[in-house]
Amino acid sequence: MDNVLLFRFEIIIAALILMLLVMSLRDFNTKVTAFLGTMNVLLLVNFLIGWLPMYTGSYFSGFFRTTDLIVFEKNILNLGILLISLTSYQWLKKSEHRLEFYFLMLSSIMGVFVMLSSGHILMLYLGVEMSTIPIAAMSNFNLDEKRSSEAGLKLILSSAFSTGIMLFGISLLYGAVGNLSFDSVIANLHPDMLTLFAFTFILAGFAFKMSIVPFHLWTADVYEGSPIAVTNFLSVISKGSVVFVFLTILYQLFGGLKDEWLYAISILSILSMTVGNLFALRQQNAKRFLAFSSIAQVGFVLVGVAGASVMGSTSVVYFILIYLLSNIAAFGVIGAMADSTGSESLQSFKGLYKSNPFYALFMVVALFSLAGVPPVAGFFGKLFLLTAGMNSKLYVLLGFAGVNLVLSLYNYLRVVKYMFIDEAVTTVPPLQRNRQLTIALVTCTIGLLIIGFIPAIYQYIDQICRM
Amino acid sequence: MIVAKKELLIKSIALAGSSLQLVISVIITVLYVQLRQTGTTDQFLFQSSYVWFAPLKIYFSSGIDGISLAMILMTALVVLAGVLVSWKINKQVKEFFFLLIVLSLSAYGFFITTNLFVMFFFLELAVIPKFLLIGMWGSGRKEYSSMKLALMLMAGSALVFLGMIGLFYASGMQSWDIQDIAKLNIPIATQRVLYLLLFTGFGVFTAMFPFHTWAPDGHSSAPTAASMFLAGISMKLGAYGCLRVATYLLPGAAQELSWIFIILASIAIIYGAFATMMQKDLKYMNAYSSVSHVGFIILGIAMLTKVAITGAVMQMVSHGIMTALFFAAIGMIYDRAHTRQANELGGMLKQIPFIGTAFIISGLTSLGLPGFSGFVSEMTVFVGSWERAGIFYRGATILAAASIVVTAVYILRAIGFAIWGNITNKEFLKLKDATWSERTATVLLVVGILIIGLAPFLFVHLINLDTTTIYQKLISNVLVH
Repeated sequence: MDNVLLFRFEIIIAALILMLLVMSLRDFNTKVTAFLGTMNVLLLVNFLIGWLPMYTGSYFSGFFRTTDLIVFEKNILNLGILLISLTSYQWLKKSEHRLEFYFLMLSSIMGVFVMLSSGHILMLYLGVEMSTIPIAAMSNFNLDEKRSSEAGLKLILSSAFSTGIMLFGISLLYGAVGNLSFDSVIANLHPDMLTLFAFTFILAGFAFKMSIVPFHLWTADVYEGSPIAVTNFLSVISKGSVVFVFLTILYQLFGGLKDEWLYAISILSILSMTVGNLFALRQQNAKRFLAFSSIAQVGFVLVGVAGASVMGSTSVVYFILIYLLSNIAAFGVIGAMADSTGSESLQSFKGLYKSNPFYALFMVVALFSLAGVPPVAGFFGKLFLLTAGMNSKLYVLLGFAGVNLVLSLYNYLRVVKYMFIDEAVTTVPPLQRNRQLTIALVTCTIGLLIIGFIPAIYQYIDQICRM
Repeated sequence: MIVAKKELLIKSIALAGSSLQLVISVIITVLYVQLRQTGTTDQFLFQSSYVWFAPLKIYFSSGIDGISLAMILMTALVVLAGVLVSWKINKQVKEFFFLLIVLSLSAYGFFITTNLFVMFFFLELAVIPKFLLIGMWGSGRKEYSSMKLALMLMAGSALVFLGMIGLFYASGMQSWDIQDIAKLNIPIATQRVLYLLLFTGFGVFTAMFPFHTWAPDGHSSAPTAASMFLAGISMKLGAYGCLRVATYLLPGAAQELSWIFIILASIAIIYGAFATMMQKDLKYMNAYSSVSHVGFIILGIAMLTKVAITGAVMQMVSHGIMTALFFAAIGMIYDRAHTRQANELGGMLKQIPFIGTAFIISGLTSLGLPGFSGFVSEMTVFVGSWERAGIFYRGATILAAASIVVTAVYILRAIGFAIWGNITNKEFLKLKDATWSERTATVLLVVGILIIGLAPFLFVHLINLDTTTIYQKLISNVLVH
């Protein structure tokens, strides 16, 4: 019984998926409000159950494992899907494919959980695939829009390509080590040529998923083409979960190659931050803007990863939690804007503070968090990443991080300027409020404002990362 | 009507709050002096510490010494005056005073904390309110100026933060606390790098040459109160950091490398003075003269003698109050005459004598007339600088002293054009003199100037122990390599 409970998260998600099937048999999903309300409640319950005490250990001879850190990561992601579901309420109400959206989202999160808990590279691969394929279907959701299908196709092709590369790396690794369970890889890893090749390919595969420069080319187009809810999911859940796994891969699996990957990571980090921020400078589409901003943010995460210490993993997990809240809030506001003005252009944000002060304030907190401006949580997240990064004494990397702090501030302040300083081109009508979106935005904003002042959160992450 | 009532309420709350700040800081001063008289010799008094991020050794620890106390008093005075001067703001009142209060909070936080991370937190906290204040209530090229200011300050703070992480790692990742780091013996090679990072980073905040360019643009676009805060308080955050963090914690590198900043400060003093001569706009004039005056602070800190450091701290406070008064006076004139061009004004003393007098007093303080605070503080810097023997230091001191002549030229000219003379523009005959709030603000600031100017010994007495501590640390480290 204990061992079955190790799968608690997965079991609940599977149960939710089954419930969805039952609902579709009963045609429950046509009762829009009731269906969406039920789903939100179920996701809330799912999130709350996640906090119940949990056994840790491994099962299936090490294929599946659970630690406190993994439980915490799953909880963060559960919070993420709940908030995404709330922010996309308005869109889902209008869409015909509500049920499919939840179905695919839950399937993808199932894959993510498997990926997080994997103790064997094949299991990991399975999880990665399982989490990506539903997203490709999701990004193709606006069926009558050409760019949405384009996004879906781009995503499926690039992810097929990247998993292919990753699989190639895995097979090389098998050749080098002779066994793919994490424990034996860790035990038998030698920095020889074959292993390095294997590592490079696996790294490239993950870099695709996290859209790290130079593997980022799909990001902007897919983000722009997909419906906002899906973009939100992609940028937050998909990216965040891969970052979590990436930590395990680098710190544990390839911990023996630290001297080698340190430089690779710093180069990728410098490229991502700089390219992401430079390309974001001139974007006018809100989704493309956030796409490049998220590329830059991952670059920052890699600064912490390059710290290669407990402080590194702590600050990365902490940062992803903050990044999740900030991005969801930002996408929530963009979604509300797109719903009522039909425009996704940043220009339509001009004068927003005068017409819709509440949305402007939510947005500004999210943007300040992404930019790392105190007292919003992103400030702490970013600075802890930098502090952790100092550990490896990669001064060039830190120098670039410093430059990028300024660049990214410009990007986000540009939007703040639109909202607070500029006069509106066409006055935005007061946006429709719906309770779900407001709840989500308020949660995110309060979270962002207080996370920095609750020391217990950081302390807890530090504690579970040490184990 | 409801809106108006609410506006009045907000303003009253802001006024009450800032008066309370002043009262509290005076009370703290009294307590501090009493404690010192009973013979307490701890470096920082009123110490307290709260856990913030324990795994990273970040504690919200606070402690006050004479220097920070002086800065707190100055801040309280300028904040109160700033609130009073902004009484006429009628656009987005709530936001305006909210941002002013955030700014003042960040300044207090910065001055009272002894933890470097917390210090940085407050330093950064002050950047965005400035951006919004200039952007939302400013005039002229406000978008450009506010963005430039925010980005340059962010660049400065990035340098500061890298330096601070360096100090954290130098302590073996054990502490961010100034008192702990001061006990360390950091290798000189590390010191050099960190000193340059920190001094330059804080220097950006101080508008040190060549990183001063945000200041003139920022001031010229900012609303009056924001200008007062910017020049009066924010620039002093940087100067305080240069002294307390860069110089005090890295004495070896300071001995070796402070010549760089002496050169930059000398250039700033001369360049600022001459640039001021070229300006017609009163705000630009005061902004450039601030660059020049802040040069004295940097010079005093970089000279590394006890008297020079005392002078630098005095100049921080003196310039803070003086420049606030100057900007207040300019703002009052601009509100009425709707121009800041010196040659378009004229005869202000006849029409609006109170404001004209305020302008003259701040001008005379700025050029260093004995009796006002500018004279004693600049004099102390010069005397302290002269203690450093050597042709280089003497040369810098002479250059700096010579700039006073230029200062006198531009100040007197501005006063001559704008304040004295006959009223040239008929429109100006309708102008009304200062309101009660403006009068109160002016009187407060003038009192501050006079206290320092007439009784500098009180001030020196207040900070004596702390400048001695800093100086001891500086000379004790000369031979450690």
